[in-house]
Amino acid sequence: MTLHLRVGFLPLVDAALLVAAADAGFAEGRGLALELVRDVSWSNLRDRLHVRLLDAAHMLAPAAIASTLGIGGVTAPMAAPILLNLNGNAVTVSTCRFEELARAADGDLADGDLADPMVSARALAKLVGMRKASGLPPLTFAAVFGFSSHTYLLCDWMARGGVRLGQDVRFEVVPPVQTVEALRSGRIDGFCAGAPWNTLAVAAGVGAILHCGVDLQADCPEKALAWRADDVERRGEAVSRLNAALVDASRWAGAETNWPRLAELLATPERLGMPADLIEAILRGEIAQGGGRPVRPVASYIRFDEKALRPEPGHADWLLAAMARAGQLVPELGMSERARAVFRPAAFDLMLS
Amino acid sequence: MTPALKILIVDANPVRAAIIDEGLREAGFTDLVRMDATHGLVAAIEAHDPDVVVIDLEDPSRDALADMFLVSQHVKRPITMFVDQSDAASIEAAVEAGVSAYIVDGLKKERLKPILQTCISRFNAFRKLREELDDVRSQLDDRKQIDRAKGIVMRLKGLAEEEAYALMRRTAMNEKRKLVEIARSIITAAEVLK
Repeated sequence: MTLHLRVGFLPLVDAALLVAAADAGFAEGRGLALELVRDVSWSNLRDRLHVRLLDAAHMLAPAAIASTLGIGGVTAPMAAPILLNLNGNAVTVSTCRFEELARAADGDLADGDLADPMVSARALAKLVGMRKASGLPPLTFAAVFGFSSHTYLLCDWMARGGVRLGQDVRFEVVPPVQTVEALRSGRIDGFCAGAPWNTLAVAAGVGAILHCGVDLQADCPEKALAWRADDVERRGEAVSRLNAALVDASRWAGAETNWPRLAELLATPERLGMPADLIEAILRGEIAQGGGRPVRPVASYIRFDEKALRPEPGHADWLLAAMARAGQLVPELGMSERARAVFRPAAFDLMLS
Repeated sequence: MTPALKILIVDANPVRAAIIDEGLREAGFTDLVRMDATHGLVAAIEAHDPDVVVIDLEDPSRDALADMFLVSQHVKRPITMFVDQSDAASIEAAVEAGVSAYIVDGLKKERLKPILQTCISRFNAFRKLREELDDVRSQLDDRKQIDRAKGIVMRLKGLAEEEAYALMRRTAMNEKRKLVEIARSIITAAEVLK
């Protein structure tokens, strides 16, 4: 019997496996009628999942932890029987700040090569100090959600130069659709977000990519497929079928020959509604950096391969520690076990055994 | 007497915002500010310092609001989403209606309830209005297609207007399809055979 599932997603490149499962026949092949519902915020996905308007949702891995632990005012326990990707982020700064950082880095370690996160973070520290000394307002950096790898990548990168996010540099949450405009208007000086927002800022001529996520953190847990925690065991059959469809989609998406087709599926108005060539370049890991630099080939810019999809309980350890470094939580007894339990590899392992 | 609450209404749809505004005024809340959040919700909250924020779920800025408790050094008082774990039904009704409410630290949740209820019923009323309008529009659209198909049948078969219409109706009944579907098929066929 065909099972009907409604799954919510945000228009990002890392919704690729969901889109491939729904639109390239992999869900159907596993006996699922998969309906994808596009949404505009992570808060909406969490709430719609919680009241069962959705069966599962595209979710930031740390947001699933925060929601499960009830940090941030809302408690909605979630569980992830599979991940949707690793990596995919980048830090982008406005073209004007990019030039200032390049000047500040000049003559520093490694010949002032900004591609080195240590060099760029020290340059940022110089810039922050110079602005303070001349009475200019602090820089503002944005992420698209508080509980996100984006926040932690920014926080950890800045820490290399001794800069504290939220104290030396203002922190703001800006929805992805507003990032390019916020950078153009100077409301923010930089941001960290997933694909394709960095590429869009470069294409619009308002931003330069300073670092890709992989420069800062290898194999960073990114999006999970979240279910209500109480549904994961109870609806085992549905979970297994969707897991299987996503793994099928991952195998298909792993072949370079399928990238043009995947980019086309993602580009349609009801999915991302963005140019297919721009999405395809991201799938290829050919990243336009802006700031007068050539296109950069980035290995593992975004990972959709089977190994990347295993919901490792160990991801919770890195994420909890990052949340603590960002000042979002104070570790408590038992917190680690509850966070690890968000990632449930049992069904995934069974399928591949 | 309890002091008046200041309510910030964040809604990109000006018509709906006006409907909510009116509903809240009728319920006795008069200190209202309306905005759409395209140019920075954080700055607006700093400027207006509301007690309650009501936001349309279609506004992506909701995620910025969700984070206000983390960036409280920029905001005078932390803000959290209104959730009453003892009252799942009203949360469900709010999510279904498409609205969410946030309260500023220290406000008793009982004071928010009537505000949320008003917003839910106004959101639902607005949606009903919009659905009715869509219905009227699609009926008008159907009417146009039927007229166009009727013209084609009149021309191709040399029939009078009533005869052409009667033929289309008969065909629809025969095939157990809607009249407008028959009309669309006629138009498509006429375009293909042109």
